Amino acid sequence: MPLDQQELRFLEDKANQLRHLCVDTVAWAGAGHIGGSMSAMDIMVLLYYKYLHIDPQNPGWEDRDRFVLSKGHAGIGYAPILADKGFIQRELLTEYNHTGSSLGIHLDSLRVPGVDASTGSLGHGLSIALGMALGIRLLKKSCKVYCLLGDGECNEGQVWEAAMAISHFKPCNIITIVDRNGLMIDGATEEVMKLEPFKQKWEAFGFIVKEVDGHNFKQLAEAVEYSISENSVPVVIIADTIKGCGIDFIENDYRWHYGGLDSDKISEAHKSLTAYYEKRIKGE
Amino acid sequence: MAGLTYTILDATNLSTAEIYGRVLCDMGERYPEIVALSADLAKSTKIGMFGEKFPQRFFNVGIAEQNLFGIASGMAKVGLVPFVSTFAIFTSMRGLDQVHTDICYQNLNVKIIATHAGLSFGQAGTTHHCTEDLSIMRSMANCKVIVPADGIETANAVQAAYETLGPIYIRINRGFDQIFYENTDYGFRIGKAVQVAEGNDLTIIACGSCVYQAAEAAKILRSVDHINARVLNMHTIKPVDRDAILAAVQETRRIITVEDHNVVGGLGSATAEVLALSGKACAFEMLGIPDTFSIIGLHEDLMNYYKIDTDGIVEAARKLIGKEFEDDENWDDEV
Repeated sequence: MPLDQQELRFLEDKANQLRHLCVDTVAWAGAGHIGGSMSAMDIMVLLYYKYLHIDPQNPGWEDRDRFVLSKGHAGIGYAPILADKGFIQRELLTEYNHTGSSLGIHLDSLRVPGVDASTGSLGHGLSIALGMALGIRLLKKSCKVYCLLGDGECNEGQVWEAAMAISHFKPCNIITIVDRNGLMIDGATEEVMKLEPFKQKWEAFGFIVKEVDGHNFKQLAEAVEYSISENSVPVVIIADTIKGCGIDFIENDYRWHYGGLDSDKISEAHKSLTAYYEKRIKGE
Repeated sequence: MAGLTYTILDATNLSTAEIYGRVLCDMGERYPEIVALSADLAKSTKIGMFGEKFPQRFFNVGIAEQNLFGIASGMAKVGLVPFVSTFAIFTSMRGLDQVHTDICYQNLNVKIIATHAGLSFGQAGTTHHCTEDLSIMRSMANCKVIVPADGIETANAVQAAYETLGPIYIRINRGFDQIFYENTDYGFRIGKAVQVAEGNDLTIIACGSCVYQAAEAAKILRSVDHINARVLNMHTIKPVDRDAILAAVQETRRIITVEDHNVVGGLGSATAEVLALSGKACAFEMLGIPDTFSIIGLHEDLMNYYKIDTDGIVEAARKLIGKEFEDDENWDDEV
């Protein structure tokens, strides 16, 4: 079902609220991967508040949909969602990265309820998601597996091993999304290690490619629904995003892959996010 | 045990890997949650026997070991019990990041049966020798490490692996091993060494194909030298049987370890760790590949070359029996 106006507003509000909470979590943690969390936020919000069949009261529910955050460093954007959904206590976010906390930069599936796979070593997630998808198919269950990759991690050969295998085994229950923010730790993806022609690479591996604005819920939702309904050819959604989306002094600056925010920067970030949200709901 | 028993009649004319393949097929009949995966080595590792019997439950991912272990972890996460087979060298090195992070770190119920280990694919050249895997896999938290002595013990180890929750690494050889056990009914338990020869003059602790060699060496030592050597089949390298090692220290005061593996990090090191922590003096020798990239040749020739066969063990035992461990205060003669 496409998004109606009420759902759209709910998602916009939720994404805004969680972007603010992510900034606060970065402050509590001392530093964090704020750039890639902001680029992935709208995608994760859409999945968690529109598509994923999950039960925070029963995180191990066998028939739940799975979500694999292959770009595991976006954990500081992911944990606020898990807290908001009720998988973990919100207060835990204040201990993010602290010694002895269950929450670290890369979330641990054994320590954090709701996390389906421990990721962090890049390039692993799509293989894990494929294993889940094939297992689910074998067990004749109807649940789905969503996997969110970073674009930089597509440098890893394993991503293409997994892509080849998805094309080969054709599980029709896996939804693959790439957060194409164009930046990695050392600079632009096209300068560090060229990914383009990115769309054609996926097509060559047998995928239908849906290129969408990764900060436009309607476009994202249409692509997700297309992927869910396509049962014969694998689909990848390349979500064109902005690293640091919503925080003007962070946006599109690769140096903000990971960083800390002092109290001035925190309030500046909140101000910027509020302005960004207002623009978005006005449709600007 | 899973209740499947095998005898020498089942093992004759079957390579160790073929016995593994057969056992996995038998287990596949009983346990529908078992799935099997390989990376274009279905035939070589014999996991393909399962694939022929249960094509829907078998996944050949092509020559892509990283993907192989990642997919296995995902399958374990949804409740299946994946058995994964490729060569030991590609398991413990090519796919190690995935074995480490996707399987061991997440303590997943994945069984890794790695073949062509040690020097058993000797003629393939050093790129296919694997004399580091025990060292590597022993340092993976959550993971148990087993080196069966022969095909019959492999049958026991594979069944025990199914019955034991969590990641397990079993390393077997290419081709035929000397048959050591006549049947599976000798009380195999993960983490418990099996004493295969009695003796109190010295202890030979062996694993894998070296168990047969150690037992043969003990016979020669007994008949020729009147040395009564205890032989322990230390099939589980992790968790190593500390009690059996400590009993050997106390009762024999001389220990030789023998393994088809680098002397760094494997059975010898695991034994040395127990010895050192015990604080007890003991004359000690480690036989294995002496921290070098091995030469090319037939497995049995290489075992002879690196002195991990019967002759090598006898020679080491004769030396060790004349060597006294010291408990005096004089340290000038230690180096």
